[in-house]
Amino acid sequence: MTRSRTTRSVVLSLAVLSTLAAAGCGSSSDDPGSPTGGGIAGSAQKDSGAATDGVIKIGLLSTLDGAYAALGQSANQGAKVALVNAGATLDGTGDRDGITGLSIGGQDVELVIESSDATPDAALAATRQLVEKDAVDILVGPLSGDEGLAVKEYARQHPEVTFVNGTSGAQDTTLRDPAPNFFRFTTDGAQWMAGLGAYAADDLGYDKVVTIGEDYSFPYDQVGGFMAPFCADGGTVPDKIWVPLGTKDFSSYIATIPSDVDALFVALGGADVLNFTKQLDESPLAGTPILGGSISVDGSVIEGLGDRAEGIISAGPVAALDTPEYRAYADTLAATFPDAPPPGLFDVGYYIEMTATLDALDEVEGVLDDGHEALNAALTSLQLETPVGPVELDENRQAIANNYLFEVRGGSSELIETVPEVNQTLGLDRDEYIAQPANDRDNPSCP
Amino acid sequence: MSQVEAATPRSSWIAGPHRLSGTAAVVAVAVLASAALVVRDGSNDGLLLAVTILNGLSSAGLYFLVASGFTLIFGLLRVTNLAHGSFYLAGGYIGWTLRDATGSWLLALVGAALAVAAMGLLFQLLLLRRVDGDPIRESLLTIGLSVVVADLTLSIWGGSSLDIGAPALLDSTFTVNGLVYSEYRLALLGLAILVGAALYVLLKCTRLGMTIRAGVDDPVILATTGVNVPVMLSLVFGLGAFLAGLGGVAGGSYLSISQGEDARYLLVSLLVVIVGGLGSVTGAAAGALLVGLVESFAQVHLPTYSVLVTFGVMIVVLAFRPQGLLGASR
Repeated sequence: MTRSRTTRSVVLSLAVLSTLAAAGCGSSSDDPGSPTGGGIAGSAQKDSGAATDGVIKIGLLSTLDGAYAALGQSANQGAKVALVNAGATLDGTGDRDGITGLSIGGQDVELVIESSDATPDAALAATRQLVEKDAVDILVGPLSGDEGLAVKEYARQHPEVTFVNGTSGAQDTTLRDPAPNFFRFTTDGAQWMAGLGAYAADDLGYDKVVTIGEDYSFPYDQVGGFMAPFCADGGTVPDKIWVPLGTKDFSSYIATIPSDVDALFVALGGADVLNFTKQLDESPLAGTPILGGSISVDGSVIEGLGDRAEGIISAGPVAALDTPEYRAYADTLAATFPDAPPPGLFDVGYYIEMTATLDALDEVEGVLDDGHEALNAALTSLQLETPVGPVELDENRQAIANNYLFEVRGGSSELIETVPEVNQTLGLDRDEYIAQPANDRDNPSCP
Repeated sequence: MSQVEAATPRSSWIAGPHRLSGTAAVVAVAVLASAALVVRDGSNDGLLLAVTILNGLSSAGLYFLVASGFTLIFGLLRVTNLAHGSFYLAGGYIGWTLRDATGSWLLALVGAALAVAAMGLLFQLLLLRRVDGDPIRESLLTIGLSVVVADLTLSIWGGSSLDIGAPALLDSTFTVNGLVYSEYRLALLGLAILVGAALYVLLKCTRLGMTIRAGVDDPVILATTGVNVPVMLSLVFGLGAFLAGLGGVAGGSYLSISQGEDARYLLVSLLVVIVGGLGSVTGAAAGALLVGLVESFAQVHLPTYSVLVTFGVMIVVLAFRPQGLLGASR
């Protein structure tokens, strides 16, 4: 009796647990904040997301669950700033609050919000929910690299829906084998490194750098984007360390780093650099210089590291520029979300993608009953002046945009160089670049 | 009292005929696994080996703090508490607030653990008790709590990682023969041993512990001897939550606390107690040691497959000892 009950309850628990994990810990359930008012009009046309049914439904997918929850909060704020700029009124300042009062071509625009926990299966489940149950016409998202690869594959099977990226930065979402209805107005993880590898090899004179990053597509591309120019300019990377996503304890990995490295390239997310650096300084490698990935050196890391952060070099697509576009965006963000941190990669990325979506919708006056032909054509030829510089798309519907190089000086990340109009092949010959193996654990290699 | 005494030999809590063979099995598996990894790498770097072992031991300490509460609750209440990771998370966040407000690490540790214990107690009294005896509803209820706690902590403390910070006394490193190591991590191991010893004394030498052990074996007979079993169940649930809260502060002080840690430590707890034997506190210690050491060695020698290796250990243990290393065969 005891035994059967024990076994049953454990098996049951494990089953439920794994189901929940697959569903993004269940938090992506329906929520009262998302607008359901248009549900009646929408459900009449449930079978076709493409119909002109008097409502334009835009799905917003980011990560409000799990380790990247803070990034998802920022992402949704950026997307909503774009909607506010277009004339929408927010239902509230919460992450899952919808919008009202925006219409394009005589159709009300409705925002449906879903969340994943940064894993591809959770992103796919949320995408299915948005496309198949909520019947969105356009989906903006997802946030993270592997999610983007999964959503691209899904997009291919659903040509009646237009997919606009969030901030997911895996190179092969658009570089190799792209989906014709997937658009990315932000640059990818390798493009975000433009400028850093050459700076480390030429200006800082580093010969030997070990990289450490999380074990999935986005850090592969960040490391690849750093290494391509670094190795070309004579640098070597004797070892690349890949850790599981969500690792907090790096001490065992740190113990394996050779003692004669010039610097460490750290492509970890969010505040993990804080943990990593503190643990590094509790090892014989204390004080080794750090080069950071695009999402590695944020305000909380700089604050947490104090003087140790001085001199950390990183690169990314978002910089506090002295342009009217940037100032206008920063002001609207602060006015709309008083608690929001200053503009960063995720809110600016989602802002750009949502702005592109709304601009293209405006251009075609909301017409979607032609199988999205006009909308997709408008997106393809769109040229945007964004808060972080001009953006246009290449033949794979992938952004060409500026990239920025930063150094932490006096407690904040200062812009030291602008790399203009970085394309997806980093300025190299396109056919040659595509013929190389895709960035992964082992490629590129220069030990 | 005689019934209570008579019940103890069958209990799987502290001692039993299987203990020696079980311990031997732990040591054998750990030694074999580490030896295989070291040999594979051809590494004979003594410093690396020392750091790897110390890392494994300190991880094991943290895992034990969390998993001992999980196994206590399971052993007595037969509830697979899927909100156990949430107790860890809540403990970490409350500890951060207390540290931030008062500056005292010790106060944060004790205060947060007590707060989480109270939370667990209330949950058990107000909700869990209502569905007593129905494993499906019990599991769903604890999952419900975990979702509520995740969203509440996200709305109160935000999504960024928060670092409680080690106490000033331990916030540096020591150097022995070229070996550099964090003082806090070593102290954490000490804390785990202290808690383990306290649990041993509680279960082995006090009247309460004796009653708990009797309750594990046969709650019905125990109730007929006049012991108020429901009160005891609540106390044990509170104690389990207390230990998870303690773990939250101890872990959050050097690994920081953030969203997603709840699922991670729930998984670690499940792994540790399944390897060690469900319901056994010594089993939790053995499981934590094995998991911590294997994980640490795998991270050094097989970094890409460290997760695979760690869970591989669970598969191997379950294949040869389905009841876990120190689990009683029922």
